[in-house]
Amino acid sequence: MGLRDKRMRLAGFGLLLFAIAVLFSAVSVGSALNVEAAGTAGATDLTESAISIKKGKIILKSRCGKCHAIKGPAATTLKDFKARKGPDLFYAGVKYNEEWLIKWLANPVPIRPAGFRYFKNIIVTEGSDDTVNWDALAEHVALTPDEAEMVAATLMTFMAYKGKVKKNALTEEPADAFMGEMNFDKFSGCLACHEIEPGYGGVTGPEVYTVAERLKPDFIYSYLKSPQSFDPKSMMPDKELGENFLQVLTKYMLSLEAPPDGEYDEGEEE
Amino acid sequence: MKQSYRYIIGALSLLAAMMMVPNGMAEAATARDNYRTYCAQCHGVNGSGGGVNTESMSVQPRDHTDAKGMSGLTDAKLKKAIAEGGLAVSKSVLMPPWRATFNDKELDALVGYLRELCKCSE
Repeated sequence: MGLRDKRMRLAGFGLLLFAIAVLFSAVSVGSALNVEAAGTAGATDLTESAISIKKGKIILKSRCGKCHAIKGPAATTLKDFKARKGPDLFYAGVKYNEEWLIKWLANPVPIRPAGFRYFKNIIVTEGSDDTVNWDALAEHVALTPDEAEMVAATLMTFMAYKGKVKKNALTEEPADAFMGEMNFDKFSGCLACHEIEPGYGGVTGPEVYTVAERLKPDFIYSYLKSPQSFDPKSMMPDKELGENFLQVLTKYMLSLEAPPDGEYDEGEEE
Repeated sequence: MKQSYRYIIGALSLLAAMMMVPNGMAEAATARDNYRTYCAQCHGVNGSGGGVNTESMSVQPRDHTDAKGMSGLTDAKLKKAIAEGGLAVSKSVLMPPWRATFNDKELDALVGYLRELCKCSE
């Protein structure tokens, strides 16, 4: 084979490679164009949502993991339970409403008047009642609105305990405001630990007048039915509620609303 | 030979005693810890009935340091009240049942702790 033949062969091989490369890029561009042309913006959204969840995970690990359990299990010993500084988040997706999370993470306000672990915030004086040390209450980290959205999106993917939450638990029978309050206060005694409006009710449990905004209805029902199946050391006792009470109490709590901003500004300090 | 047996029995008894004392102490410590975590929110850290939740309560929690009142209650009744709640012993519904939170051993230890608080017996 002469030198000329060799050159011709090399040139032919190069041309073939170039043709293959052109073909591949044409196919890729074509598919990209097809995606856009077909208007399947879902793929792009999916990517954005996946990126948001990924970023949210990074924020969760770096800024939330010190106080919250991002991975299970729940505390099974009193020592571990007392050491936790914030609610477990590994089942956040079955518990919280995403919209509320976004709002709250950017502007966190106390949910339990006496703090997450009330016993860390009390003043004991011999001869008089215990009081809450309002100055000792820890403030929750505030995220930027963008961070809050990403973290909330991530939390919505934390679906542990999905099987413990009863689907469509509530019947269609409407809430009965009078019976609901009677039940909450007199028949079940929930008012001892929970406020139904700012300044009225116990201070160690989470306020219930913001429950509708915060929590998913099926979760409320299921948690009321058996708090220990979610958190074996929960501060909330199992009240051994029957189906009727579970329905009435869940619907009652969902019917409550937080008062307009500022209306009870001074109530908490009283 | 007999003396050797005596030494062995003595050593084993001592070992058993050593194992039992910490167990008893640990249970007492857990009862105090449980009380100050779960019960203190209503009954107060020192057990005098003045917990942080009492302000809005229609029925005030029992004062566990009241020797006279507490000595009128049997250990069995105290245990039933903690396990099954106030209604089970014809008292207020504000006292919830705690049997899903505490096991039987913890319930007994809590009754023991109440006796320590009231410095009384049944």
